[in-house]
Amino acid sequence: MSIRVMEAAELLSLNKFNVDEEEAHIVLDKEICSRCQERPCLLVCPAVLYRLDKNGDISFDYAGCLECGTCRVMCTNRGIIKWEYPRGTFGISYRYG
Amino acid sequence: MGEENQFDAVVVGAGPAGLACAYLLAKAGKAVLIIERGDAPGAKNVTGGRIYAYALNLLDQELLEDAAWERKVSHEEIMIIDGKRSITIDYHDPSLTEGDQSIQSYTVLRAVFDQWMAGKAEEVGAMLVCGIRVDDLIQREGRVVGVIAGEDEIYAEMVIAADGVNSIMAQKAGLISDLKKETVGVGVKEVIELPAKTIEERFKLSQNEGSARMILGCTQGIHGGGFLYTNRESISLGCVFMPQEIVQHGQQVHDIFQELKMHPAIYPLIQDGKTVEYSAHLVSEAGLRGMPAQLYKEGLLLVGDSAGLVINTGYSIRGMDLAILSGIAAARAILGENDRSKIGPAYLAEMEKICLLPTMRLSDGYTQLLDIPRIYSNYPQLAIGVMQRLYKVDGQIPQNLKKQVMEAIDESGLTLWQMIKDGFKGVRSI
Repeated sequence: MSIRVMEAAELLSLNKFNVDEEEAHIVLDKEICSRCQERPCLLVCPAVLYRLDKNGDISFDYAGCLECGTCRVMCTNRGIIKWEYPRGTFGISYRYG
Repeated sequence: MGEENQFDAVVVGAGPAGLACAYLLAKAGKAVLIIERGDAPGAKNVTGGRIYAYALNLLDQELLEDAAWERKVSHEEIMIIDGKRSITIDYHDPSLTEGDQSIQSYTVLRAVFDQWMAGKAEEVGAMLVCGIRVDDLIQREGRVVGVIAGEDEIYAEMVIAADGVNSIMAQKAGLISDLKKETVGVGVKEVIELPAKTIEERFKLSQNEGSARMILGCTQGIHGGGFLYTNRESISLGCVFMPQEIVQHGQQVHDIFQELKMHPAIYPLIQDGKTVEYSAHLVSEAGLRGMPAQLYKEGLLLVGDSAGLVINTGYSIRGMDLAILSGIAAARAILGENDRSKIGPAYLAEMEKICLLPTMRLSDGYTQLLDIPRIYSNYPQLAIGVMQRLYKVDGQIPQNLKKQVMEAIDESGLTLWQMIKDGFKGVRSI
């Protein structure tokens, strides 16, 4: 495999994750997010985990989260009602870093 | 140690800052517990990156002997990009890699480096537990007396918040509110594997030698820049952006970075390589002015990224060395002061002595300089425009140089007046 433009999902598949199936470490308030005009999360998440669904609402998948915290810093309207690091041993495990 | 205290110090986060502090405390015979939320030290950490060797040397001279580094940096490079064109300046000083004492900096990978450093702290008696997330501080009458992790309460004489740029501990202590968007950049990086020999050929390196490259003009005009570091058998290629400007610009972080990979001056360097990891992390970008107003509370010290200790000059970025310095200062303050209420002020005094705070203050001007938005598009365009004209030979009567430069200035969207103002600001700020 040589160097080429890769989709975020493909890049994330190279990483080692231990997904916490029981507890989401980031939770959105759908109401607030549906009213949000700015939606910075769509652009600033390096893993592109914030997407628009077919109704134009924000959908989010915490499974590929790189735990950078950019969404938390940029969420202007506080639609992110919970942002924590994943519980111990869960989440991303960088093998290089 | 108080009766209820299980430890002299609990260190939250096994990165360079926390580990430096734990190392010195444990070596002095203190009971130290390091709590790391990742599976192993470094599992949650990302660097560009390189570490400056002097800090490790200051921590303990013996450490440098078997430090887990990738390559010794002897090539300092600056690359300026405009469209498909580019300029690369390569400053080479082979003496920077001769003998152990003259080595200035090493490229590193954090998963490897942090584990090595944690091993050193354990060797001198520090206790390390991984896979545990610290959820909160235990505070009594305004003093920090321990930490809470899940069901467990752990009491200690001192708590060291070494939990990184997005410091939950500093927030719980009330030392910082939420991070401000103007003070952080979002960094993304791919680690691309290549044979050592290929890296050495492409970057003109001898064995063990490495290069560190800052890239300007690769961010679509957004405040930020790219970086490229050569590791032993991989290349770290990445980009840092101010997230607020990403939103104004309207293009995804991921997209802009992928374009950098395919740039005609970057692609040949990583060609036939294999991406093995994609990472992201926040970086403090505001230097001195991004630091919390208070770096301590009774029973608690902030070190490393938690204290906002990063210096970005545009041509180099320092973080891990400053982290280690702060860890050393914290340990010295704790060892030198028995009265717990005086450890905080002693920490600040040690940070002065170790030249950490003076360095932060002196570098403050760079933050102002890098605030000039034209640095990220107009000036790279101007530099490239001048080069393009200098090297153009087409048999036509050449224009005089002055006229050509004026033309390049025009094309870059700059005015002479603006350049004079920026130049003045630049000289004044640094």
